[in-house]
Amino acid sequence: MNKKILPRIAKNAILIVISLFCVFPLFWMIIAATNKSSDVIGGRLVPGTYLMENFKSLTTTYEVLPALINSVKYSVATSLASIVVCSIAGYGFEIYHDKHKDKLFRVLMLTMMVPFTATMIPLYRMYARFNLLNTTIGFILPSVSMIAMIMLFRQNSRAFPMEIIESARIDGDSELGIFFRMYVPSMKPTYAAAMTITFMNAWNNFMWARLIMSDASTQTFPMLVSNMTAGHFVDYGQLMLSVLISTLPTIVVFFALQKSFVAGMTGAVKG
Amino acid sequence: MKNRTIGIRQRQSMTGWAFLTPAVILLVVMNFVPIFQALLMSFQSGRGAQMKWSGIGNYLRMFKDSVFLQSMKNTGLYMVVTVPLMIIIGILLAVLLNDPQLKLKGVYRTCIFLPAAVSLVASAVIFRSLFATDGFVNMVLVRLGILKRGYNFLGHPASAKIVLMIMRVWRWVGYQMLFFLSALQNIDPGVYEAAKIDGATSVQSFFRITLPLLKPMILYTLIMCINSAIQVYDESVNLTGGGPGNSTLAMAHHIYNTSFVNVPNFGYSCAMSMLILVVVGVLTFIQMKAGDTRE
Repeated sequence: MNKKILPRIAKNAILIVISLFCVFPLFWMIIAATNKSSDVIGGRLVPGTYLMENFKSLTTTYEVLPALINSVKYSVATSLASIVVCSIAGYGFEIYHDKHKDKLFRVLMLTMMVPFTATMIPLYRMYARFNLLNTTIGFILPSVSMIAMIMLFRQNSRAFPMEIIESARIDGDSELGIFFRMYVPSMKPTYAAAMTITFMNAWNNFMWARLIMSDASTQTFPMLVSNMTAGHFVDYGQLMLSVLISTLPTIVVFFALQKSFVAGMTGAVKG
Repeated sequence: MKNRTIGIRQRQSMTGWAFLTPAVILLVVMNFVPIFQALLMSFQSGRGAQMKWSGIGNYLRMFKDSVFLQSMKNTGLYMVVTVPLMIIIGILLAVLLNDPQLKLKGVYRTCIFLPAAVSLVASAVIFRSLFATDGFVNMVLVRLGILKRGYNFLGHPASAKIVLMIMRVWRWVGYQMLFFLSALQNIDPGVYEAAKIDGATSVQSFFRITLPLLKPMILYTLIMCINSAIQVYDESVNLTGGGPGNSTLAMAHHIYNTSFVNVPNFGYSCAMSMLILVVVGVLTFIQMKAGDTRE
């Protein structure tokens, strides 16, 4: 018995230490949001009573709500557009696959290597020409069609039984009808995984937002947080509260979709 | 009308193409077109509409630009240190969590993944406050008697780089773990049973069974990790501001500054970004070749 118990203790010990390392900064963030600036700097680890005061000073000093609404708007729009476009493409690449489509897919895989730093300048110029700066559609366009997402749906389509499609065709269903009525409902975990990933990426898309959302009324919440740290005097309690707020939506999405997220990732990459 | 002569197969194939079209157009317009434009611009200098051809001037300038060389060194360091750490720790955690007898599996998994749900700007701010001169980490180190007084971690080149890399690993390791975990769950447990009966130790079955079967996933995560390491930007802006001096400045941060902050120079920025593209391309190609040993 001893032989079996020791490794188990060691395993749990490693996992506990790493879990603590991962969670501590978040714990710190929550505690700090409830303390006043001097206590945050002093390393106070107990919840304080300054949460409401931090909230009041945060909302009176900064345009918190508009930035928050912007971020939610951009992120929801990006993830919805992305899962529609990428899922139908992933389905198309797998279900109707032939020599040419497979070849096209391999060419499109090259976009995975294209660093955003290399495309941002021409994109910025294009945006300036077509009046896309400071617009929601401008924010979402570069991240709607992602090859990694198409790949996720393509791989998961492999498990979708062809017989269902064939029999639906015999029943006279249209190809688009089969996709929406049979494929979409059966792929919920994959959609959840895709939704989680695209939402988080859009929410965290800082560089692109900073570049094209120059207008104060269009700025995102992470941009607001970043600007808060730029001044000489930083109120840490207030700052940590804003950090906490900026983290809540992605955490909520993750927890809401967690079960399906993990299931959806399974089979995402050829094993 | 020719429609009648088109068979069912062909019509289905056309439907397939129609399904791909929106995604393909967006990928082309948002990736291939700008990349091509960036390539052209990298051979030009000037501003706005007055761009003039300048040959390889931008490329020559790069190797005399000490700030760029510094940022390249920094980015290289981030990549070489953090990518293997993320992948090795990610695999080990996934293997630990894949144990069917382990209790509280979901709790560990959630805890370790949680940092990936935090925005990069937010994590930079958190780490800045933790590692401030009078911040929490210093307080603990002073109390333990390791330091006499607070050390300005973000004010010294070496320690600022280390904090940045700790933050990157903290932020991404759970994300990688999740990929490996999902790959491990696809492995038939019977394979391990058989190995055990044949007298293989768990270390042996890790190297002989687990690692080879994880190879496609390792390849995929490697490409993603390297690509993201080369494009480090948020951390450089929000954690250290590139400083002290330019000691933590990342390449992408430098390119951003050259394009939009200092005197804008699109041509030169494009040349630098082309170098990033080439580096990513070469590294991906090497990995694909190295990972393709089956055929």
